[in-house]
Amino acid sequence: MKINWFKYAAPLNFYSLAGKVIPFFWVAAIALTAFGLYWGFFKTPDSLENGMKEYYRIIFVHLGSVWMAMWLYIMMVFWALVGLVFNTKLSYMMASATSITGALLTVVALATGAIWGKTSWGTWWDWDPKLTTFLILLFIYIGYIALQSAIDDTRRSDKASAVLALVGLALVPVIYSAVNCPDPTQCSSLHQESSMKNIEPNIMRGIIFTTLGFWMYSFAAILMRVRNIILQRERNTTWVSKLKEVN
Amino acid sequence: MLNVFWLLLKRDLLLALRRRSEIFTVLFFFLVVISLFPLGVGTEDKTLKQIAPGVVWIAALLASTLALDRLFSSDFSDGTLEQLALAPQSLSIMVLAKMVAHWLLTGLPLVLISPLVGLFYHLPNDSMVVMMLVLLIGTPILSMIGAIGAALTLGLRGGGVLVSLLVLPFYLPVMVYGSGAIASSMLEGLSLQPYFLLLGAFALLAIVFSPWATAAALKISLE
Repeated sequence: MKINWFKYAAPLNFYSLAGKVIPFFWVAAIALTAFGLYWGFFKTPDSLENGMKEYYRIIFVHLGSVWMAMWLYIMMVFWALVGLVFNTKLSYMMASATSITGALLTVVALATGAIWGKTSWGTWWDWDPKLTTFLILLFIYIGYIALQSAIDDTRRSDKASAVLALVGLALVPVIYSAVNCPDPTQCSSLHQESSMKNIEPNIMRGIIFTTLGFWMYSFAAILMRVRNIILQRERNTTWVSKLKEVN
Repeated sequence: MLNVFWLLLKRDLLLALRRRSEIFTVLFFFLVVISLFPLGVGTEDKTLKQIAPGVVWIAALLASTLALDRLFSSDFSDGTLEQLALAPQSLSIMVLAKMVAHWLLTGLPLVLISPLVGLFYHLPNDSMVVMMLVLLIGTPILSMIGAIGAALTLGLRGGGVLVSLLVLPFYLPVMVYGSGAIASSMLEGLSLQPYFLLLGAFALLAIVFSPWATAAALKISLE
């Protein structure tokens, strides 16, 4: 059997496919997040061994948004790269739709981090490596969105922002190591080291389910945004003019 | 290949030397920013020494982003850039020549004038030497990363502000290690070698990748 890999690269086919799967992603997003939050709030210990009390429960929102914000940047670069290599219009639309959700989740990550920081470190903001890198990540997302909206010609704006996203991916690790260790002769930071291995299993379950929920939300939101972008960019085609939601 | 490099370098330098005032604008901008800080923050000896490394670098970053506009825009508006892109020689080499010319005209003057900053901020002589050295390694990186941003925003309305938004976050590692080296040089017994190694590594990385990325970006902008 010959599989046509590029069938859904056509905006026409993808538009209807996305329309069909979006409800499922929304259901999954709500169910997984609700379950994760329920588990996180009611099935986990009230205080941790390292002295953290009830307030540590913001971790269920914090980690989910942190992971998704980083993952979406990688996905954005992936679609940008696919666009540059195969020159498919839809990949650029995916990249541009991903950037907005990614920027949004970066803001959520920073905000929940600030609230957690206020309760556990006693300060809203600290120039800690992870916080600073996330701020820079937000700036890069904003730069990507700004560049894309500054160029009127869609072909050029797609490709230019794709190059920017790639440069960003190459430089983020360098930036992270620079802020992680501004003095190369000695390194230290407030943020605890990643302690995923010895985490309490119930907390871990909450984290995993909310993260999966956020992931499903990202799918739903990005696909909805891609549908909008498709309608905007293909508005002069006949298939769009025949859609019943347009008329 | 080298022929094109030298030819373009000479041409860019010659063009710039015919309009010398542009070189001095960047230089004076740098000096103005440098001299505003003590008046805003305070002029005690200790404060000055503490803020000097950061201030020098922030002024250098701002001066270098302001000058980025000049890198391609005049060649773009009179069509020279399109002719260069059509030439059989590699565009990356030509871009590298333009970067080097740009650094000689905007980065090198900052390096040469930086001892004056040392005087303004009461820096010891050793730190002044370190400052000149890190600027010498660091400012080319700024020109090279900035060139990518300049190529991406070529010919856009409000491109000047946009290019700062795009490239300033990427300048961060250079600033962190550059100012870190100056700050450590004022303390006793700290080795400065790691800073120079890291800056040097970053410079090499930029030389390898940025002409290539800039050429790709230029081709997109010229389409």
